[in-house]
Amino acid sequence: MIRIENLTKYYGSFRALDQINFQVQDGEILGFLGPNGAGKTTTMQIMTSYLAPSEGNIFVDDYNVIEDSFEIRNNLGYLPEHNPLYEDMIVYDFLKFVAKMRKIDDNLIKDRIKEVIEVCGLKRVIHREIGVLSKGYKQRVGLAQAIIHDPSILILDEPTSGLDPNQIAEIRELIKTLGKKKTVLISSHILQEIQATADRMVIINEGKIAADGTLDELMAKFRGDTLLEMELKNADEKKLESISEIDNKIKIVEIDDSKEGAKLKLEYPNTIDPREEIFEFAVNNEWKILEMSRSRTSLEDVFRKLTVEQGGSNEN
Amino acid sequence: MKTNIGLIYKKEFSSFFNSAVAYITLIVFLLLAGWFSMNTFFLINQSDLRQLFSVIPIIYLAFIPALTMNLIAEEKNDGTMEFLTTLPVSDADIVVGKFLASMALIGIALLFTFTQFFTVLIIGNNVDIGALLCGYIGLLLLGGVYSAIGLFASSITDNQIVAFIVSFLIIAIFFILDKILMFVPGFLSTIFQYMSTGYHFESISRGVIDSRNIIYFASIITFFLLLSIRVLEMRKWR
Ligand SMILES: Nc1ncnc2c1ncn2[C@@H]1O[C@H](COP(=O)(O)OP(=O)(O)OP(=O)(O)O)[C@@H](O)[C@H]1O
Ligand SMILES: [Mg+2]
Repeated sequence: MIRIENLTKYYGSFRALDQINFQVQDGEILGFLGPNGAGKTTTMQIMTSYLAPSEGNIFVDDYNVIEDSFEIRNNLGYLPEHNPLYEDMIVYDFLKFVAKMRKIDDNLIKDRIKEVIEVCGLKRVIHREIGVLSKGYKQRVGLAQAIIHDPSILILDEPTSGLDPNQIAEIRELIKTLGKKKTVLISSHILQEIQATADRMVIINEGKIAADGTLDELMAKFRGDTLLEMELKNADEKKLESISEIDNKIKIVEIDDSKEGAKLKLEYPNTIDPREEIFEFAVNNEWKILEMSRSRTSLEDVFRKLTVEQGGSNEN
Repeated sequence: MKTNIGLIYKKEFSSFFNSAVAYITLIVFLLLAGWFSMNTFFLINQSDLRQLFSVIPIIYLAFIPALTMNLIAEEKNDGTMEFLTTLPVSDADIVVGKFLASMALIGIALLFTFTQFFTVLIIGNNVDIGALLCGYIGLLLLGGVYSAIGLFASSITDNQIVAFIVSFLIIAIFFILDKILMFVPGFLSTIFQYMSTGYHFESISRGVIDSRNIIYFASIITFFLLLSIRVLEMRKWR
């Protein structure tokens, strides 16, 4: 388990991370979601010992990044943002270099390289120079170096950014496959990315944790009002307005009786569900309900609310 | 934990031969060394390599900054430093590995000048082989000091040109210290002389390897390597 405890990071006097706390459970894929400049990369760089925390600590099982940087790095694979690679190296030589740096036994190296070539689909390019590969293939090389020592933890910083839709789908698939056996922390500023790969998500904004939970939990916690759209026959505007008498929490958003079937849009908080009463109200008035549909605030709205409304991006 | 110095060294050494700049640097070094020493060599028919040993330290002034400028700066600029330092490797291993790679290249460059060494052996008379070898050891040690300085300069920036200029300037200071002794007051002149690379190099190339000279070279090398390691570590707290 990874525990991020009261993690704070200053760049000079700028506070990039402010007392953040969250945990990654063994075997889960945790999405780390936040707009540009939220502090995702900073957090991951502290986890991988590229940066030191200003305050707080990160614990991985019994180790922590301040005292046991080596032990933690040993058991972790990292795909940095922008995926820096030695462009003038041949893919195979590069993987061999990483395998040796990772202290993989000399007589096992061949097999391990073979395995990651298989898993990451690198067969076609294994003897090519990294610099000439497509972005998608470079990303696969980045993933291959991150898993070559079969670490139990994978840290992936925006692994699909800059890829075309096909490559995105492929890399996501690959991450999901890897995630079956590993603890994965994957960052993104795109909600769909996290929805597509992660079991749970932590939303970070301006260096603070804004939300933490599974998709459903976050929806339940943050969804706002329910929107009810109806189409009614035989209704007139005056009478329609009285529908809000059912419950004063019901707000009429829009009435349009210009056409034969009147359109009505209602909004009410998700703490109540007045659909039955509305139905009876309509029946009592001898209106005929042609259509009634309910929509909820989407997770996208939730994410936007949690990030943009609080000041949003501080990248400049 | 087994050290990774050897792996860093190998990676650096082979990546050197992937770059055209490196070849050009090496060739220019050899041309200059050859030109300036052979020129007078046949005229005065000396049986030593005095000319070569006095010219190479001057060529070093530009050669070693050119050789070392990319060692760390380029990795910083490409972002591969983030990749490298998050592997289980210490910053010290990275610095020492890169330093050794630079030393190996200097060794190779010096090896090429052996043509002159052998020429002297064959056509010279009363050749003092010991002195010649000492000269080469001195050149290697001098190269070590300048490499350590170059590495330090490369560690403080992600711009290779800046690295080149900074290392050139620092090296030039060490180089010039014993050549301006007449302009400084007496008490300073001993210090200047002791701090200068030239003074120690010359006493070695005269054919005597004194432990004081070795200590001097070793401590300057250590100092700049430690400084480079510190600079690398500083990224964590920037
Ligand atoms: N080296 C640095 N020096 C100063 N400020 C920095 C440095 N690195 C990052 N920052 C600032 O810290 C904040 C967090 O940056 P970070 O890179 O962690 O964000 P992020 O969530 O990864 O964003 P993105 O989605 O753009 O990658 C940003 O405001 C950024 O400008
Ligand atoms: Mg980032």
